[in-house]
Amino acid sequence: MEIKIFNKTTKIASASMLVASCLFAGAAMAKDSVKVGVVSFLTGPAAGVFGVPAKQGAQIVIDAINNGTMPAPYNTQGFAGAKMNPVFSDESGGGTKQVGLFRDFVEKQKVDAMIGYISSGNCMAIGPIADELKMLTVFSTCGTPRLYEEKLRSHVFRTQANAVGDSLAAARYIVDMYPNEKNYTGINQNYAWGQDSYKFFELGMKQMSPDSKGSDKPQFPKLFVGQYGTEISALSLDKAKVVHSSFWNGDIEAFTLQAMVRGFFQKKIFVSSVGGSAVDALGKKFPDGIVMGTRGNVGLLARDNKDPLNLWFIGEYKKRFNALPLGPSYQYARSILAYKFAMDKAMKKAGKFPTQDQVIAAMKNIKFKSFTETISMARGGGHQAVHSVGYGLTKYNKKGKTPGAEKVKMYGPECIYPPAGTKSEDWINAGMPGAKCK
Amino acid sequence: MFTGIFKDTSVRILITFMIVLCVLSSLVLPDWMQNNFMYGLSRGLAILGLMLLWRTNLVSFGHALYYGFGAYAVALCQKYFGITDILLRFAIAVIAAGILGFCLGFILRKYREIFFAMLSLAFSMVLYGLLAKAEFLGSTDGMSISPSTLLGMELTRQYLFYLITFFVICAAISIQAYLRSTLGHLTTAIQDNEIRVEYLGYSVQKAIHIKYVMSACLAGGAGGLMAASLGQVDPDSMVNWNVSGELVFITIMSGWGNILAPFIGAIIFEFIRTYAFEWAPQAWAAIVGGTLLAIIFFFPGGIWSVIEKVFNYGKKKNVK
Repeated sequence: MEIKIFNKTTKIASASMLVASCLFAGAAMAKDSVKVGVVSFLTGPAAGVFGVPAKQGAQIVIDAINNGTMPAPYNTQGFAGAKMNPVFSDESGGGTKQVGLFRDFVEKQKVDAMIGYISSGNCMAIGPIADELKMLTVFSTCGTPRLYEEKLRSHVFRTQANAVGDSLAAARYIVDMYPNEKNYTGINQNYAWGQDSYKFFELGMKQMSPDSKGSDKPQFPKLFVGQYGTEISALSLDKAKVVHSSFWNGDIEAFTLQAMVRGFFQKKIFVSSVGGSAVDALGKKFPDGIVMGTRGNVGLLARDNKDPLNLWFIGEYKKRFNALPLGPSYQYARSILAYKFAMDKAMKKAGKFPTQDQVIAAMKNIKFKSFTETISMARGGGHQAVHSVGYGLTKYNKKGKTPGAEKVKMYGPECIYPPAGTKSEDWINAGMPGAKCK
Repeated sequence: MFTGIFKDTSVRILITFMIVLCVLSSLVLPDWMQNNFMYGLSRGLAILGLMLLWRTNLVSFGHALYYGFGAYAVALCQKYFGITDILLRFAIAVIAAGILGFCLGFILRKYREIFFAMLSLAFSMVLYGLLAKAEFLGSTDGMSISPSTLLGMELTRQYLFYLITFFVICAAISIQAYLRSTLGHLTTAIQDNEIRVEYLGYSVQKAIHIKYVMSACLAGGAGGLMAASLGQVDPDSMVNWNVSGELVFITIMSGWGNILAPFIGAIIFEFIRTYAFEWAPQAWAAIVGGTLLAIIFFFPGGIWSVIEKVFNYGKKKNVK
């Protein structure tokens, strides 16, 4: 009997020890890896020139950090020592669907953080849910200023500056380079990004060139329409010579192809704030002399930048995907860098693997080295990044057979963003006090 | 109409199913499944409405009109009046969609078959166009919806789920009561021979109109609950034609044998979609489409026909 009882006790003891060791192993495992959802367009019209390059950019940086092969200052292995296990997901299908998926990521897949999102509509939808579910979320590309101007967010960060700077830099470039053009119009997609982009371009033009006049017929076609025959006719008939556009995804390619054959670009000064990706997609077919932006010192405008981090990124990207990194590749990679920076900083401060709250506290107001410049999270309560934004004229490089840009002008963050705590619209209408432009 | 409704086998099965679902999801199943149940049950209400029309051989390709209308009613009432109470939200969604359905019913009740389907599609696309263009309605970005409250108290998602289940049970029982009434029995008669029904002294148009309004109310309620449980509305995922198509698809997938069928179908659809998205983020649409295709090929009577076969449930009823 005694022996039997002894047996039973040993069994129970060994079983509980096994369970305990599993639990400890589990705890140790959590410090070995972080699971992060990376969301970008993988299907639909925005996949080709936006979603897929974005994913590729993220992949390169994640792999390099996991293996510890990234150049300085990110040459330590892992995120607070942990390897990142990314789960890539599709962003298409509208905000409501994305909100459902976001809940799945948090509750079903139990991710440690979420990174990505290209569409402003999706960011506006995800923002409140991320705060509600208390999930650290780093937006990479979306640009609507409403995200932080409507409300400060506790768990949401954005490593991409908002549309205000893109539009104001566009207006500055026009005023600097074409001071005699006083009439302007626009073609923008009818949703948060397009509406905001044109609104701030118009406000900026009014301030910088007070005698300029906006057309009363700016065009607002629906997102992802792909057919612009009527809009091109309307814009061609308009006497305004400057045409502002914040088209992105397949829309900018479709528009360019359809407008090109009608001689649109010979008659107009076309200003595209995000069209950089279409330039690569269309290659030598893309017309020269278009005022082109890439939403920051990235993509097309960063090809000649000699920053070692940038050279490494371009080299790795070419090697792995046989292509040049586009704007979104930089934007996603940059979010990963910011996450690593905050994780490492929080780890240093806490002395052990940081909790989510510690990472959030560490991420606020950081200044982190990106590929071409140091970016500071200086707006939106320390959650919103600002950086410089540039424009240039497209110029196909016949020798190197690559698209390029000339007459590039970069505008620093002090020139195109309001000081912290001021609403963009109020700041512009007040005459942009304190703006420092070179 | 409601006398003896609780002795009805379908009602008993429905209530048992819902209670089991609640108990399982609160005790055994992981949290994320509760979300899928919530979306499934909400959407199931709209499917129930479509099933109702289908029994008269009417297929609406525009039911997202009411689904989206209910959802936007909830969103706008929050934006302009600050209403977040879940009971009010559900009531507003149902009533708003019901009124719209009542008005449009005067036109739609005159049409059958493809004309009915296409006309309802046209109406839904009118609403879609309005919502996508109007900036104050959020345009294509839509609007976000704050978490629901109940009589001034905050509502956890657990309780929201129980409430949705409760709404679903109430709605489904009402529909069963309607189907057992004379008016309800008329529906299959209309399907067989409209002229004969007219000669019996009933107005076919009136019967269809009532049915249409009920169906609109259900779809509106579904949209309202969906908006409340998701926390976001936008025209592309609430009003666009592909949403109507999805609803019709789930209706076909579910089968129309029972009031429980739409809810089971909608829940299964949610799970298929969740896993398809997780396993193949680049080809999830193909998986969802393929599964639905397979169901139509191999189980033309829908999922409910399989359940009937397994439990031998339908037979006894026919004998009676």
